[in-house]
Amino acid sequence: MSKRDYMIDDKDANLLYYEEFRDKETEEPEELPSTKKEKFKIIGKYTQRIDGEKIVTGRAPYTHDIKLRGMLYGKILRSPHACADVVSVDLSRAKNLPGVKAAIQLKEGRVKYAGEQVAAVAAVDERTAEEALKLIQIDYKPQPFVVTEEKAMAEEAPQVHDKANVRKFNDYTRGDIEKGFKEADAVLERTYKTAVEIHHPTETHGSIAKWEGKRLIVWDSTQAIFNVRDGLAQVLKIPASRVQVIKKYMGGGFGSKLGLNDYTVVAALLARQANKPVKIILSRKENSLCVGNRPSSLQTIKGGVRKDGTLTALSLKNFTCGGIATGDRCAEPIIDVYKCPHLKVEESTVFTNTGADRPTRAPGHVQGTFALDGFLDELAAQIGMDPLKLRMKNYSTKNEGDTGIPYSSKGLDKCYAIGAEKIGWGRRNKTPGEGNGKRRRGLGMASQIWWGVGRPGTAADVKIHRDGSIETVCGTQDLGTGTRTYMAMITAETLGLKPKDVTVKIGNTMYPWCGASGGSTTNPSVAPAVRDAALKAADWLKKLGARKFKVSADDIVLEDMKIINKKDPTQSLAFSELRRDIRREMVFHGECSGRPSEYAYNTFGAHFDEVEVDTETGKIKVLKVVAVHESGRISNKQTAESQVIGGITQGVSTALFEERVMDDATGNMVNPNLRDYKLATSLDIPEIEVHFVDMVDPHINILGTKGLGEPPRIPIAAAIANAVYNAIGVHIREIPMTPDKVLAALKRKEVA
Amino acid sequence: MKKKKGKPYTRRDFIKSVGGGAIGVAVTPKLIAKDAPPQKPEDESVPLLSKKKISMTVNDKKISIEVQPNETLLHLLRERLNLTGTKRTCDRGECGGCTVLLDGMPVYSCLYLAFRADGKKITTIEGLAANGKLHPIQQSFIEQDGYQCGFCTPGFIMSTVALLDRNKSPSQQEIKEALSGNICRCGSYFKIYDAVSAASKR
Repeated sequence: MSKRDYMIDDKDANLLYYEEFRDKETEEPEELPSTKKEKFKIIGKYTQRIDGEKIVTGRAPYTHDIKLRGMLYGKILRSPHACADVVSVDLSRAKNLPGVKAAIQLKEGRVKYAGEQVAAVAAVDERTAEEALKLIQIDYKPQPFVVTEEKAMAEEAPQVHDKANVRKFNDYTRGDIEKGFKEADAVLERTYKTAVEIHHPTETHGSIAKWEGKRLIVWDSTQAIFNVRDGLAQVLKIPASRVQVIKKYMGGGFGSKLGLNDYTVVAALLARQANKPVKIILSRKENSLCVGNRPSSLQTIKGGVRKDGTLTALSLKNFTCGGIATGDRCAEPIIDVYKCPHLKVEESTVFTNTGADRPTRAPGHVQGTFALDGFLDELAAQIGMDPLKLRMKNYSTKNEGDTGIPYSSKGLDKCYAIGAEKIGWGRRNKTPGEGNGKRRRGLGMASQIWWGVGRPGTAADVKIHRDGSIETVCGTQDLGTGTRTYMAMITAETLGLKPKDVTVKIGNTMYPWCGASGGSTTNPSVAPAVRDAALKAADWLKKLGARKFKVSADDIVLEDMKIINKKDPTQSLAFSELRRDIRREMVFHGECSGRPSEYAYNTFGAHFDEVEVDTETGKIKVLKVVAVHESGRISNKQTAESQVIGGITQGVSTALFEERVMDDATGNMVNPNLRDYKLATSLDIPEIEVHFVDMVDPHINILGTKGLGEPPRIPIAAAIANAVYNAIGVHIREIPMTPDKVLAALKRKEVA
Repeated sequence: MKKKKGKPYTRRDFIKSVGGGAIGVAVTPKLIAKDAPPQKPEDESVPLLSKKKISMTVNDKKISIEVQPNETLLHLLRERLNLTGTKRTCDRGECGGCTVLLDGMPVYSCLYLAFRADGKKITTIEGLAANGKLHPIQQSFIEQDGYQCGFCTPGFIMSTVALLDRNKSPSQQEIKEALSGNICRCGSYFKIYDAVSAASKR
């Protein structure tokens, strides 16, 4: 397309937005000087990963890559039935196969989804283990099942559990919803649908278990080594003090590796039986079936708005499906993002005979935002208002939910201003779908809220060795977010070194405690703990210098791995000379502190995008995304950008392609692989521009950092749907927005 | 894998037992069309021998090793030669995590039978850095942050090596096409383009 047919030259409009939002600055809570003042040389700057070389040379040890002497390979036999009673399990033929060293039964009674574990074997190699699985004889008595939401909600549907398939699990009200609708000039009701997604980390789930007498050592591809340790101790009834869990590198998790997994227990049991280490690595198919998914949602939103854009009432009715487990709460965005006095939420879960869901990068918020922010654009069109103006009109400065307390910091208005300017918001169609031609372009946007606070008590040690080398240790995990690197950066900043001079150790339960890497909590937990430990180490080094040079500690600076007397820089002591002054390695223990309870701590962001819709093929092409995030102080701009780019890419993937398809007839998943379950590839990626409102949260922790993992995953699908709406004038209320849905929507529009 | 009683193990049996994905060289469709000679169908009646000794060059080292007829190149590299930089992600030619160079061509080693590598030159991620110095492409991936968790990175780097070997200055679209057979679930593509682009200018 040579010329953008919808283009309206409206530069002033951008300017107007920018100015308008800037005025909002005055409403922000006053920032405390303690964190704001600090000028950092390293923290916040673009910094290459300290472990990059290991990754690009293939030397980074992932769980998949670990091989122990005498190690056996475990495989798990899984139910092909969506619902069946296991009548008998005969392991004898499998046990007799040469090379098989252990075999165990894992299930009695009812299996409730296709993929549930029934038995397992360990053998000298994978092939033998696979052969052995074929020799296990199981007598199943198949039972009626239901694998799709629609069928499960029907009255005569087979019951998944010993209770109704539909169960209410979340109720919320504020104000008087009916009063709110009466006050509205326009009322609209729309239903939105999101599909079940599979996490599909590139490294499939897996563990290696090894017993050393009564001690158990486990290498696990996990986001939470301590959760796995404690879980194993509980399940195996052994003291946690005798369990060690190690994870050095992991090929993605996205929420699916947050706790103890069945196969890890199985590996430990097989290892005990065989008296040899056992490695279990799940296949891509197993990854599709039994290690979690993002629950679907069917959300009906009804909203009322005044002509001036003031929201008067919002109601949400959601049916979510997490298989045999409870689905996601999707109401958080509608409760909190925008100011609305009258609100009512009713959420129910629908049980089906499919694998249990697990948190999936921004659980609930992804689905909730797709519905809410899509709805707002439809509502804005009802009153002929710019959807961004509608959002600003209902901008909230305090937690709108239960607490009503102010946010510790909120830079969403700045996100809007930057995003609108960078995408050229004035270029959008003033009326959705006003353009014409075969290929039509449109602009859209959506907002995001998430938590992203730290876990008080997260611990880190900074060690000064006698030779002056520095080590930073924390039992956390690096999911690919660059945890190691910012730990090194913070230590280096505080002690006057370069990040590469710091030895960082993570991923072992022998190290100081740290919680799961999930919920965007890792940075706001680990960064302040490391800073705390490093500050103590710096303090000690300065006092040592003060004694040595007979000056006050305030006169000492730490630079280039030296303790320097500021008053007489010829007086200095290199860290490497410390041996003479210290007789033992010095360990400084730091912790993530608590935070004042009078604030609500959240992260914010907005995505703006431009799409092109082919009205003949129904294909959507996302051309450009501008992402602006406020996640407090950014520790490392380079890896933070990567995280945002990753969130957008995954979001594009789910907005356009991803969907678990279940077969009603067999109760099995139709697409448990990476060919039929389509993921975005390099050909599907838009141009991406990332900006940060790099403001320091004055209350959250000593560095003012908030989490960033989940936020960029949240608004993108809604932003795409809104841009499509802007382009073709019909809203696609279902993800994935596949070409058939676009064409059907266009047809509906023609008919209408 | 056990032989069936009384019957020689045929190629067809083998193909059945592998199941799932197609067997053969797996590169991006464009590559096959442009560079690869058409594959000649092999005679299906020829029974496969139980083991075969092959010789090949892996990362400039000559290797002679006995392989099972149904052993994949990926299995040989990872499990027997301990070259674990090559990853097993889907094990059926859908993701590119196991990409290695075979006589300079990128192949999915999970779909390539080890015995077919007889006489070939294999390069894995471990073979790129020379004398402790990183390959310029590896350096670019670090500088541009062309990865997140890093699990797919060896595959992407090997595809990039193959691309830049035949096209010194690819356009953005050529980069996208050359890498379209590799999946990065963390979603780092946008920075991978930068890494490849930067490498092409080195």
